[in-house]
Amino acid sequence: MKQFQYVRPTEAGLAINALLKDSGAKFVAGGTNLLDLMKRGIEAPERLVDINRLPLKEITKNDQGFNIGALTLNSSLAEHKDIRKDLPLLSQALLAGASAQLRNMATVGGNLLQRTRCPYFYDTSMPCNKRLPGSGCGALKGFNRMHAIFGASEHCIAVNPSDMNVALSALDAIVQLSGPKGKRNIPIQDFHRLPGDRPELDSVIGKNELITGISIPTSALKHVHYLKIRDRSSYAFALVSVAAALDLEGTTIRWASLAMGGVAHKPWRLTEVETFLAGQQISAGLFQEAGTLAMRGAKAYEHNEFKLKLAPLSIGHALSIASGLVKA
Amino acid sequence: MEKISQSVREPLHRVDSRLKVTGAAKYSAEYPLPGLVYAVLVTSTIAKGSIKSIDSKAAGNAPGVLAVISHVNAIRPPGYPADNEHPTEPSTRGQPLRVFYNNKVYFNGQPIAVVVADTFERATYAASLLKISYSKEEHRTDFHAHRDKAVLPESAKRNPRSGLADYDRGEVDGYKKAAVKLEAEYEHPAEMHNPMELQAITVHWEAHNKLTLYDKVQGTQPTQQNFAREWKLPVENVKVIAPFVGGAFGNGLHNWPHETAAIIASKMVNRPVKLMLTREQMFFMVGYRPRTWQKIGIGASADGKIVGISHSSIGQTSSYEQFTESTLQQSKMMYTAPNVSTRYRILPLDLSTPIWMRGPGEATGAFALESAMDELAYLLKMDPLTFRLANYTDSDPEKKLPWSTKFLKECFEMGSKAIGWEKRKLEPGMLSDGHWQIGYGMGVGTFGANRGGAKVRGKLYANGSLVLQSAVTDIGPGTGTAMTQVAVDHIGISAKSITFQLGNSEFPQAGNQGGSSTVNSVGSAVIAACMALKTDLLALADKHIPEFKGKSLEQVVFEKDSIRLKDKDVSMSLSELMKKSGTADLDVIEEAKPGEERKAYSMYSYSVHFAEVHVHSITGRVKVKKVVTCADAGVILNKKTAGNQMIGGVTGGIGMALQEDAVMDHRFGRYITKDLADYHVPVHADVPDIEVFFADKPDYIVDPMGTKGIGEIAIIGVAPAITNAIFNATGKRIRELPVTPDKLNITRT
Repeated sequence: MKQFQYVRPTEAGLAINALLKDSGAKFVAGGTNLLDLMKRGIEAPERLVDINRLPLKEITKNDQGFNIGALTLNSSLAEHKDIRKDLPLLSQALLAGASAQLRNMATVGGNLLQRTRCPYFYDTSMPCNKRLPGSGCGALKGFNRMHAIFGASEHCIAVNPSDMNVALSALDAIVQLSGPKGKRNIPIQDFHRLPGDRPELDSVIGKNELITGISIPTSALKHVHYLKIRDRSSYAFALVSVAAALDLEGTTIRWASLAMGGVAHKPWRLTEVETFLAGQQISAGLFQEAGTLAMRGAKAYEHNEFKLKLAPLSIGHALSIASGLVKA
Repeated sequence: MEKISQSVREPLHRVDSRLKVTGAAKYSAEYPLPGLVYAVLVTSTIAKGSIKSIDSKAAGNAPGVLAVISHVNAIRPPGYPADNEHPTEPSTRGQPLRVFYNNKVYFNGQPIAVVVADTFERATYAASLLKISYSKEEHRTDFHAHRDKAVLPESAKRNPRSGLADYDRGEVDGYKKAAVKLEAEYEHPAEMHNPMELQAITVHWEAHNKLTLYDKVQGTQPTQQNFAREWKLPVENVKVIAPFVGGAFGNGLHNWPHETAAIIASKMVNRPVKLMLTREQMFFMVGYRPRTWQKIGIGASADGKIVGISHSSIGQTSSYEQFTESTLQQSKMMYTAPNVSTRYRILPLDLSTPIWMRGPGEATGAFALESAMDELAYLLKMDPLTFRLANYTDSDPEKKLPWSTKFLKECFEMGSKAIGWEKRKLEPGMLSDGHWQIGYGMGVGTFGANRGGAKVRGKLYANGSLVLQSAVTDIGPGTGTAMTQVAVDHIGISAKSITFQLGNSEFPQAGNQGGSSTVNSVGSAVIAACMALKTDLLALADKHIPEFKGKSLEQVVFEKDSIRLKDKDVSMSLSELMKKSGTADLDVIEEAKPGEERKAYSMYSYSVHFAEVHVHSITGRVKVKKVVTCADAGVILNKKTAGNQMIGGVTGGIGMALQEDAVMDHRFGRYITKDLADYHVPVHADVPDIEVFFADKPDYIVDPMGTKGIGEIAIIGVAPAITNAIFNATGKRIRELPVTPDKLNITRT
């Protein structure tokens, strides 16, 4: 590993300054992704700015909803009693991610920024436009079983690996950023990007910006389920995942919120399906229709065609569970 | 015949468990020798071709670097054959891939340079600075694109009586005449060796002609012989030390390129060198279960008597070594089929050499055979257990010999009862719980009850403590524990006074720990050593205790650390006897070998596994809910450690059935699933309640303890038990492992 400097500021302003001073600097929090990237030779920062001492670990609740510090651990957030009570979808999604050991280290801010798990991205001897712009997409004509069916480009077909992001998307979370030019808030749907011709950019975060927290508005969506289909029971990325949230009056859907994971470069919000569901009566048939509708515009590659079938089934099933039609 | 929790013999706790859980057990990367330096491998990123140039300037100038070694400057082990035309020759014994020998690249991930530095981090960084240019040649890595190039192994050509040669009993393809028949193809991908402990070696040249290796291997003496040959040293000048091995599963049955690389590096920098592979490197150069394609034709009469089995297989190997395994053995001997044909072929590809992985070829073959048995049972509308019983053999139909022992029927009985086989429906897809479809399946396994020659030293000290020594390794089954127990049984010394020392090539002769043979082989030598010590002790008693004068071994008993007369209440503790006779110690080395019985009997261990699986009808998720595994492995010395082995084997079988898949991108000839996040093995949440039963019947023909061997049968037959259960649950037959949710989701019944 390349030698690097290590600093540990205690204030956000100092942290941002530390990054500004050095173009080869990176923030590190839990390090569950960055350290791997450094070991594999994908990242080689000159300086690591450890932000763990910044006061960004609070979870607060008010009338508008929740404010969650960027350094909140995935495990603390998942187990937080108000989150479990008011936002069980988020808790479920967090617990479906990674392993207990990783969740104990990983932070909310780091999870928002984790890089794709595309194997071509991780192997420096293979082409990858995300790692080395212009080198080509290894996955496009390679092994692409885990890859995108929505929103991909010829430059990149990788997916965002996070479970938390999928739930945050369905919950309309806001990402709070702080940088040299001040603070700004970005709705999660606008935070992550589609690859287009700049797949090296996962999100819209500025070069010297720091995620300080997220806010999640109070939600009337009380009937929720996070369904994750994976190759083993734990410590596996989603083949397909669905965050389903419903506001029900009896058996009538007042409003629905739906997002998918494992299918795109960003959490894939299904707004068209949400509109379709609003005002309808819950039924297995309706939910299956919703799944089919969600597949509009989907495009598969050589090894991920199964997702075209698995994804709509999963949407239907997640909605059935969320609405109480069937047991989990 | 009871569950392991109700053992008749009080199972001894593992004698080394405290060392292991406190971190005091030392593994091969944990010998901080004075002056130790660190080596890091640089590996090829092409699958075939040659190295045009290596620019090592930046690496050589990096801080702390002592050497950058490649074919450009490497010394050559004097034992390498000089032939440039054929730089490799088929053998799985030694080091056929000559490390840093020339600029040729035979597989992607091949070690092509090693960087030595004063710290691991500096060596790692410097290794990243090497600039290598290649001239690429077209590679062959795609099994299916080249399946037509499979060949009969050289060893079978040389010896037509070899188990790998074409075999025909009765009529060739006799199954075709049967009333009910099936033809089907089965396949599993390469499965990579990834024991918890990474491959690591610490090399110490104690003198210019004296080499000590702390090495992760399954045999200290086979490794000693290999490197003595490679470095043209007298065997006694090479010492191999491996008292603890953190899992191996066959991975340590071959010496690999990194070992030679570290020895070369240590010689060149004249310092002790440690080299540990990264997890990623484990996927490229230290062996794997080869991708194997199989075809079975099987037919039976309408009443369920097998008419014939034709079983052929093609397994991948490297371009420079012919790796072979006994894939087709079970099809020759498990069932009473009058017509059996087997065809074993290997396919050389531009990959590194495979190696045996737990339940080696047999687990591969059993997946096909036991799946085909299940498929045929459905066609016959017979219960698969009834079908197997209808074709049960009471003698070996291949060798035409009696079995030494066989209690598989008893295992069938115990296992089917424990899983609740009566709940199973003959038609698939009949049982469910909500969206979960429920099914039951079974699979049978067998493996030779192997035994080799072995020697054990026994040294009894004046205080009555006994030290036993063997060169054998313990890769996890608890060899030291089992051997201590054998000694307790045969010399009556309490376990706390016995130390079994192992994992050192200077100890008495033992082969590899592999092929489920250690207890049978080394245990027999422990008995021989105990017998010799008892003879010596009786001679002392004869001289120094009047009541023992003229007594024979039959007239005395060794128990409770004492010697006593059988028919009279006269006894003396061994320590007292040693003191009284003025004996400082008794020291014996005894050998035990199998004999003529191996020609008169056919000897196998057997297992049967029953699985209950639940399959989600919408998402295709498979949950193995319960496995009952029953073994006829002869007498069970320690039901705790033996039970551990069975549970571990079943867990490996779950991985084989549902998860393990080394995916290669053939455009590059390079694996792309190469860490434990992408290459899946079961996590705890995937492992269900596994109930273990043993027939626990002694087989005194195999060896004097009555043991037959456990390690392999624990996994052989597990994968088909699970896939058969999946079929029973869903009506979907997946013949290509692993059965991931997408395959079930897409497959129609």
